[in-house]
Amino acid sequence: MEQHQTEQLTFDFFTETPHITAESRDEIKLELGKFAGPLDLLLYLIKQEKANIFDIPIAKITDEYLKYIRLMKKLDISLAGDFLVMAATLIEIKSKMLLPREIFEEAEEEMEDPRKELVDRLLEYEKFKSAAQMLYERSTVEQAVFRRGKIETDENNTETSATVFDLLTVFQKILSRHKEEIQMEIEREEVSLADMLKSLRKRIYETKELNLLAFFGEMHTRRELVTAFMAVLEIVRTESVKLLQNTTFGEIVLRKV
Amino acid sequence: MTEEIEEKQPRNISEIISIIEALIFVADEPITIKSLAEVLEEDRETIEAAIEELRGEYEQRAGGLQLREIAGGWQLSTRTEYHEEIRAFLKTRPSAKLSLAALETLSVIAYKQPVTVPEILEIRGVQSASAIKTLLDKRLIVARGRKETVGRPMQYGTSKDFLIQFGLKDLSELPSIEDFEDLIQ
Repeated sequence: MEQHQTEQLTFDFFTETPHITAESRDEIKLELGKFAGPLDLLLYLIKQEKANIFDIPIAKITDEYLKYIRLMKKLDISLAGDFLVMAATLIEIKSKMLLPREIFEEAEEEMEDPRKELVDRLLEYEKFKSAAQMLYERSTVEQAVFRRGKIETDENNTETSATVFDLLTVFQKILSRHKEEIQMEIEREEVSLADMLKSLRKRIYETKELNLLAFFGEMHTRRELVTAFMAVLEIVRTESVKLLQNTTFGEIVLRKV
Repeated sequence: MTEEIEEKQPRNISEIISIIEALIFVADEPITIKSLAEVLEEDRETIEAAIEELRGEYEQRAGGLQLREIAGGWQLSTRTEYHEEIRAFLKTRPSAKLSLAALETLSVIAYKQPVTVPEILEIRGVQSASAIKTLLDKRLIVARGRKETVGRPMQYGTSKDFLIQFGLKDLSELPSIEDFEDLIQ
């Protein structure tokens, strides 16, 4: 398995529960980062209040939620917009709950609990949160299982380093192609090796990979070609750029390491 | 080299088992019944019976290896009991665990696939762009074409690597999402 850098915080379901006890700024940031989103924070607050999810004390929970949001703001934590959307939703539900029920009864409308939609979302979300925990447990077990490594075959060993001689062959090919063209004498600005090196470097850093045949093909004169060739040699020698050839006699590419 | 046309001797079952074991050993990915049947030129039933026999042998022996059905194929792997010694030998540490956000996103994708980013947002209530990138980088999910709806959003599904890394035969081995409902109440 290749190791990839994860940009997010790691989370351990068993030992770490989200909570806020602020000592230093960094610590709070870390703790808060563990809420996977506004629904997660909301579920946590409901559990903390030991409230029934089907009968959420919306005023209390909204206050708590807003307290967290304010704390996060105070700590300069860039708040995801989604947290604010949830705050707005909570306030809206809270205000609906304050409306006297008679209004609805007079209108002869079945009044739906304003909390219903939110409760449904929370329940739906909680299922996937539990499923995530199941996946976490599975992957933990699987990390204790090892499989055989790769056996080297032709197929998985396509990349061989190209040598300077391979490079020379490519160069020859291009050079001979140029020979056949009728040259017109046009006064042309000379491209210095330094300039060539500069533009080559720029392109490799932008594209990460450069097909040499195509690069040489862009050159107009033999002189330019030679300069380009020298620039390639120079960049391979001095910088973290590799010459690669996928198949024998295949095209050679420059790749940033 | 002589190319004698011999009358093809039917292999006996223990020979078939041995060949299958050898093939499973060299395959670096779970090997399917289908490809085993093709290489051995035997029918599915024979291969299945042979694998079952082989699996039983490994189980009975209770050695360091186990034969498991993973991601639609068969694979030899070490038993979990010996991970400490194996890690000490390989000098590796467990790879970085997925973040909570990435795990949640993965669980939505696993159960709702093919699923679009807006659909994931709907369930999680939070943008999942960086989690999706992590999952793509780790090759746990793959793009599954675009949904024919407004904006033609990209759809995602789990990959074969997902099955392998989570030790699953196939997706049906995941517990049903409704089962988690009972768990919560």
